[in-house]
Amino acid sequence: MPGTIAVRMRNITKKFGSIVANNDVWLDIWNGEILSLLGENGSGKTTLMNMLAGIYYPDAGKIYVGDEEVVISSPKDAFRYGIGMIHQHFKLVSVLSAAENVVLGLDIKPVLDMKEVSRRVKEISDRYHFNIDPEKKVYDMSVSEKQTLEIIKVLYRGANILILDEPTAVLTPQETERLFDVLREMKKDGKSIVIITHKLNEVMALADRVAVLRKGHFVGDMLVKDTNPGEMTNMMVGRPVTLNINRPLPVNPQPRLKISDLTVVNEEGVVKLDHVSFTAMGGEVLGIAGIAGSGQKELLESIAGLCPVQSGSILYTPDGKPAAELVGRTPMQIKQAGVSLAFVPEDRLGMGLVGTMGMTGNMMIRSWKKGKGVLLQKKDPNELALKVKEELEVVTPDVNYPVRRLSGGNVQKVLVGREIATEPTVLMSAYAVRGLDINTSYIIYNLMTSQKQKGVAVVFVGEDLDVLLELCDRILVLCDGKVTGIVDARNITKEEIGFLMTNDKEKGGSGNAENG
Amino acid sequence: MQKTVNKAPLFHLTKRPVLKARETWAIRIASFFVAVIIGCLVFLLNGKNPFAAYGNIISGSLGKVTSLRQTIRIAVPLLGTALAITPCFKMKFWNIGAEGQITAGAIGATFFALTFPDLPAPVLLLLMGAASVIFGAIWAFFPAFFKAKWGTNETLFTLMMNYIVIGIVKWLQGGPWEGKPGSQIIPNFSKNAILPKVFGIHCGWIIVLLLTGFIFIYMNYTKHGYEIAVVGDSPNTARYAGMNVAKITIRTMLLSGAICGLVGFMVASGAHQTLYHSVADGVGFTAITVAWLAQLNPFVMIIISFLLAILDKGSGALQTNMGVPTSVSDIITGVFLFCMLACEFFINYQIIFNRKEKKEEVKA
Amino acid sequence: MNTLLNLLISAIVNGTPLMYGTLGEILTEKTGNLNLGVEGMMYMGGAIGLAGAFYYSKFAGANANGILAVIIAILLSFLAGAAAALIYSFITISLRANQNVTGLALAIFGTGLGQFIGETMRVKEGGYITVSNELKTYFYSSPFPAFLQNIPVVGKLIFGHSIFVYLGILIACAMAFYISKTRYGLNLRAVGESPATADAAGINIMKNKYLATVIGGGISAIGGMVYIMTIAGGVWNHEGLAGEGWLAVALVIFCLWRPLNAIWGSFLFGALMILYLRLSLPIPSEIYKILPYVVTVVVLVITSMRRKRENQPPESLGIAYFREDR
Repeated sequence: MPGTIAVRMRNITKKFGSIVANNDVWLDIWNGEILSLLGENGSGKTTLMNMLAGIYYPDAGKIYVGDEEVVISSPKDAFRYGIGMIHQHFKLVSVLSAAENVVLGLDIKPVLDMKEVSRRVKEISDRYHFNIDPEKKVYDMSVSEKQTLEIIKVLYRGANILILDEPTAVLTPQETERLFDVLREMKKDGKSIVIITHKLNEVMALADRVAVLRKGHFVGDMLVKDTNPGEMTNMMVGRPVTLNINRPLPVNPQPRLKISDLTVVNEEGVVKLDHVSFTAMGGEVLGIAGIAGSGQKELLESIAGLCPVQSGSILYTPDGKPAAELVGRTPMQIKQAGVSLAFVPEDRLGMGLVGTMGMTGNMMIRSWKKGKGVLLQKKDPNELALKVKEELEVVTPDVNYPVRRLSGGNVQKVLVGREIATEPTVLMSAYAVRGLDINTSYIIYNLMTSQKQKGVAVVFVGEDLDVLLELCDRILVLCDGKVTGIVDARNITKEEIGFLMTNDKEKGGSGNAENG
Repeated sequence: MQKTVNKAPLFHLTKRPVLKARETWAIRIASFFVAVIIGCLVFLLNGKNPFAAYGNIISGSLGKVTSLRQTIRIAVPLLGTALAITPCFKMKFWNIGAEGQITAGAIGATFFALTFPDLPAPVLLLLMGAASVIFGAIWAFFPAFFKAKWGTNETLFTLMMNYIVIGIVKWLQGGPWEGKPGSQIIPNFSKNAILPKVFGIHCGWIIVLLLTGFIFIYMNYTKHGYEIAVVGDSPNTARYAGMNVAKITIRTMLLSGAICGLVGFMVASGAHQTLYHSVADGVGFTAITVAWLAQLNPFVMIIISFLLAILDKGSGALQTNMGVPTSVSDIITGVFLFCMLACEFFINYQIIFNRKEKKEEVKA
Repeated sequence: MNTLLNLLISAIVNGTPLMYGTLGEILTEKTGNLNLGVEGMMYMGGAIGLAGAFYYSKFAGANANGILAVIIAILLSFLAGAAAALIYSFITISLRANQNVTGLALAIFGTGLGQFIGETMRVKEGGYITVSNELKTYFYSSPFPAFLQNIPVVGKLIFGHSIFVYLGILIACAMAFYISKTRYGLNLRAVGESPATADAAGINIMKNKYLATVIGGGISAIGGMVYIMTIAGGVWNHEGLAGEGWLAVALVIFCLWRPLNAIWGSFLFGALMILYLRLSLPIPSEIYKILPYVVTVVVLVITSMRRKRENQPPESLGIAYFREDR
């Protein structure tokens, strides 16, 4: 390892209101290395790097570039020190072209020479084998094209230190591999690369060195060749992680939701679900695996009546009653048809909760229509709020304190607590433990399992395959809107699911475990 | 590496945790006094004694029973309109078309006042009220419908609707409803078409006080109010909760337009006793600031609309006694609004000043 | 032919103040600031521009230089509008208050201040404020030599207007070039579309928003002065500006936020306003006058229905930006 240090961060602390995102963090970035910044969701990795990129300003601490103490109070400062960041949510202006986005904010000559810009974009593209049309408008681009454009943007600025925030989350395996090749190429050119991730396999495959954050604290760093996934996991979670989720065998599973040939096309005309068929059973946990954006969101939302369905059917069978068709009904009509559907959506504050209201107001999301007349019934929701607060140990000053001011874990407890209180027969959750600490995650797992034992059909969309393998009874794998497999979670390996997720049929498990 | 001349910023901003109600109001009251002081400067610059000027404003608006009545008369439509746009603003539907909806309501009322001037007063007034409500609602319907259906920008749409209806009144003034040919004036309403007075002020003040209670209950204790709050916070959560966002948007806007229309009835029948093109007289715009400054709290709106009415009425006295043009009231109102708008910043954000040099803490 | 020509010429005269108001507001809105205070800024520009020309002509007396009077009026009205826009900018950009409400407050404040200045001047100067006829001609008449104006048919149409028409067109062209062909303009557009992106790209959001809004306010205010000095005949009266500022807000939408469209758009609106004088159709004049607003609504509805990305309002229009928002 070359020994020169490019960036030193010392005693960095950053708070958001009462939440401490980074607490006294130390971090070094060496020249010509690929550093993996590892940590769970919510461990403060992105916040830390945002301070290097000039998006946030630290409340305390110092940053050195080379031997010199620097102040990075804006992204422009960051560029001046050769630091460029590729954010998870792309920072592109959609009505501008690729080339226009590249030169945004640059100190070039006043009158734009777009031909020259396009030529240089082409040059960089050729150097790293990118394929991008400088004239193309961003709103016409695919996700991976946008990411490529972000990388070109940073390179165009002559960055020596590239920070990538979970760059593979939105990519297919092929695209990931190509990205890694590009990053290795850049390293060869002497650039330092920081890749923020929580995926150990990526650390092993790509990085020279790994630094670990846990709950906003710096835990330690080491060379990848001197460590192993076990050690890194321990550092990440703070204790050995054998998940040991309690998983009883399903008792007398009954078909509850029968989905056949479900097809969803979004507003832009992209097919998000392509003839999806499966059956969710009462009394079991059905996991849904897949790369982000493979149609998970659309699947849950179309069951909940929130997403227009192109074709297909969703049949709901209650215990001992005739089946009802859910396609074509609004959420209210589904509820009125006696279907007790609980849904914990991915975007908690954007879809499941009302951020400006307190717990009581949020409990009413499921009960506001109750009662005759025009007046709102506040008594029962208030009692429910107090009950959820106590049972799930929600930390809030008051049941009327705005939920958006609560921490992520508490927000999720409010949401899940409310949904389970509806005594559902179907419970759907999307990324239910994202951003939560280990303890809260286990609370959620246990709630899912206890619902399953009550005979509820639990649909659990997850991103952590370890969790899916230990929590679920069956796992449905989505790839590009298609079902690539429905497998028995007790008899499959992570690798096999990985192959199904990327639709690599030749290596994929053949174990189809479709029941009913 | 060469030395760069980049200093630490003097301060930076963060959002602050929720303040206590007492602290919040302390900040607001402080900023009110800042506005008063800036007002003093305005008078001083103009060579007038600020104490005398403020004294004139107070005595001119509250000093005599008749002037107090007139002040209340000014406050009534302001309060009514602020109440009307409260549901819209809570829904984050930026209805700045109150001016037009008031005018539309006034047209509806005037239609009956001119067509059936001899009906018994209770019948005629009820008809006029009903017509004003319907006309106001119709005028609000168009922007709401297009917003719900195609997401058409409601701020710009409602703004345009104001001038369309004002143009229509101008046409009525010079055309079908013109009184004396060539006068460009619509004749005064018959006695039966004029709102009766209670304590010397047209009874609109009772209506708006009732409305204050109604809006407070509507927003806080009804299902509709809850729906509006949810849609305003997050339309997706609303859909998730089984609400029909388009329906709620349109319904809320109809309510808003209807109340504006009613205000139009009050100003046409109670205050002006006729219809003319500036029957709304900017109330639709000023009321928006009233509603916003009151944080959509109906009871606070009573105070703020009364305060603005004092300024408005008091400036009349200023002109007679001190020779200051009445438009000074708009200036002071503007200053007052600016200060109150600015103070919200100090309620929501915190300025953190960066200390110069901190001793480097060495970690072992 | 002559009727049409006269119509065109008076459309241009009527549309010119509007062109300034619109251009200023386009620049403002391009950075995501919806400043509804145009009417107020134009009032201030009108009153202060008139004051400048009037007091100059009063003090210079017979030696008054017409060109200098025009320049003084332009400068003062620009500064008045810029100052008003600075208040708006501070409250919405630095203090992040609601733009709609602040804009309306500015409209109230500005019309009040404009009226106040106009009234005060009138009272002080004995009830009537106007610039000497000799100076006035510099505001009205064409800067081009007579022989160009005398070219049959096109002479008057092309060379016969006041200096303000040409200055407005110049500003429109310069603005169009600036916005679409320079890097500053590119940055400006990015700020209005997606401030978070622009910020991450190292563009100074504050600076861009402040500059565009303040300069935009100044340009809008020139329109107020042009209205008072040309259409109102260099006299301050109670009518003030009669809603020109609000019409400018409408025209911005009609122009789809493009400066070059503002040229013909303002002339078209100008034509619609005076069409009733020229065409004796059995339609009441007041109905003609609402046509610009109706047309704007139609444009607004159609663009929202067609959803063409390039024709939408700047994406962050009306929204305050705070970098650390999470």
